[in-house]
Amino acid sequence: MKKNLKIWLIVMLAFALFAAACGDDATTGEAEPFRIAIVAPSASNDLAFTQSIVDAVDVIKNEMGNVEVEVTDGTFVVEDAAAAIRAYADDGVDLVIAHGSQYGGSLQEIAPDFPDTSFAWGTAADTFGLPNVFAYEAASDEGGYVMGVMAAALSESAVIGIVGPIEVGDAKLYVDGFAAGAKAQNPAANVLVTYTDSFSDVALASETAQSHAANGADVMSGTAQMVVGAVSVANDAGILWFGTQANQTSLAPSIVVASQVYHWEVVLRDIIGQMDSGTLGGEEFKIDLANGGEVIEYNDAFDLPADVRQLGEDTIAGIKDGSISTGS
Amino acid sequence: MSEFFTTAVLVATAASGIRLAVPLLFASLGETYGQRSGVLNLGVDGIMLLGAFGGYYAVLQTGSVWLGLLIGIVVGLLLGIISAVISVTLRAEQGISGIGIYLFGLGMSDLLFQKLVGTPLPITKFPKLNIPVLSDIPVVGELLFQHSIVVYLAFLAVPISMYIINKTTFGMNIRAVGENPEAADSLGVSVSRVRYGTVIIGGTLAGVAGAALAIDLGIFQQNLTNAQGFIAIALVYFGAWRPLGVMLGSLLYGFVNAIVLQLKTLAIIPPDLSNFAAMAPAIITILALVIVARRFKAPAALTKPYSRGE
Repeated sequence: MKKNLKIWLIVMLAFALFAAACGDDATTGEAEPFRIAIVAPSASNDLAFTQSIVDAVDVIKNEMGNVEVEVTDGTFVVEDAAAAIRAYADDGVDLVIAHGSQYGGSLQEIAPDFPDTSFAWGTAADTFGLPNVFAYEAASDEGGYVMGVMAAALSESAVIGIVGPIEVGDAKLYVDGFAAGAKAQNPAANVLVTYTDSFSDVALASETAQSHAANGADVMSGTAQMVVGAVSVANDAGILWFGTQANQTSLAPSIVVASQVYHWEVVLRDIIGQMDSGTLGGEEFKIDLANGGEVIEYNDAFDLPADVRQLGEDTIAGIKDGSISTGS
Repeated sequence: MSEFFTTAVLVATAASGIRLAVPLLFASLGETYGQRSGVLNLGVDGIMLLGAFGGYYAVLQTGSVWLGLLIGIVVGLLLGIISAVISVTLRAEQGISGIGIYLFGLGMSDLLFQKLVGTPLPITKFPKLNIPVLSDIPVVGELLFQHSIVVYLAFLAVPISMYIINKTTFGMNIRAVGENPEAADSLGVSVSRVRYGTVIIGGTLAGVAGAALAIDLGIFQQNLTNAQGFIAIALVYFGAWRPLGVMLGSLLYGFVNAIVLQLKTLAIIPPDLSNFAAMAPAIITILALVIVARRFKAPAALTKPYSRGE
């Protein structure tokens, strides 16, 4: 009796497993989703670097439809990021986005272990010669230059403050572009540039903004996730603010003039297009004003003088057609 | 270099240093109580983070900075109790359990922020309190008497702590338990009760430190403290386990940070040396620590769990 029961149980289990295995295809016929994973250093809604890639992947998801997105954010510890990147690759994710220039060393080690997985690394311009690593970066100096021009036009004290994190990559490009734009508009402008040497120290960013204010700055900008502290100081002092990476209007609607917003979906479309044609990496991409990957979004609640806005638009047109160089 | 030595710049720099010192001062004063009684709490930064989020969220919801500070106190007190249960009652290894509290605070504050708030939203800050008459004194008034109220509270906590530790029975018990718990126990002092008291005071002040930081900045972000809790622990050693020394250490750290920032802003420090300059506060603190460690001894029972009869 016991033996018969066991046989029945085994037969029923095998049948159940077979039915489950056939179920999806037989009943729904849905294709496997395209799987994208993001590993990024700060919070998904930081109004800065990480949010820019999360928003872009959301756009791609809406465009493509059958996309599964997974996000591991807050991996400011590179070893944590490396573990997440490897785990996603191991789990069969189609495209793993390592969104942080600090993740390059880890990616160089991990990518060769997963030759069928495509990796995207930014902001960077190096694929390490690996056939399954794409690199992407932003010409952040372009938007920075445009907003620097407008900042100098708006400044009455001719003192402009820029709060930077660490003098590398995208942040350095933006700061240099902003300073160059301000100087191009007003060569006599005193552009104060301070790198806090931290991407995350909100208190230092706040004190840097206090320092700029004490030195007479009446327009400021800054880049990276720690600038929320500086925006708060600018808001208290009525100092105008230009944002970058994401639209920072919600932080201080009365003083944010405009933000350079990254649309990484421009490069993600190219990357996924390459993957569709069988290329898993080995190419570099860049967003800029001309390809629509960078957009200057104005704060409608801020009463920006028409001539200054026109100045901004003219500068954008000049950068697009090559008649204006940011110097970077 | 001459532009740095103007009255306006010097005053602004010194005021900045004082502001930067405040969270460190609250947290390190609290840790001083614990360490003087023999308990090292490495979880200060985690408690600060949860205090910061609690304070921030309360202000975001109600607009009341005082309720925010109160929530910071309550969060710190609760985590102080948890820390005390772990390190005093359960006699866990203090370094490891402290790291556990830190990781809990780091993760939980971020989780709560993501679930309850999401995108950073600005909040009301502490109002500035200009002390009548004194704030009108040229230079000194702007430097010392035109700050937000938490700045005054932090510096007021120093003489209060000096009095408690040096002049009260509770303070005498703290010192006795930190140096020789067996002897204190034989004289009828409850080692557990004293250590519970100090660890809870430490947790509460760490919660205040976090709430003060978030409300003074007017914003919260993941890992807002940026490891200030660990610097606060180092400052307790720097201050030779004395409130006055801890205050001097906090001010030194704040001033060096503020001076480096100002020198960078005025382009006196060239960009190429910016990274080296950013290390200055840590290097100076370490050097001072080495000097202090040679002259003063840590409480003899520091990090040693106590059990009667062992």
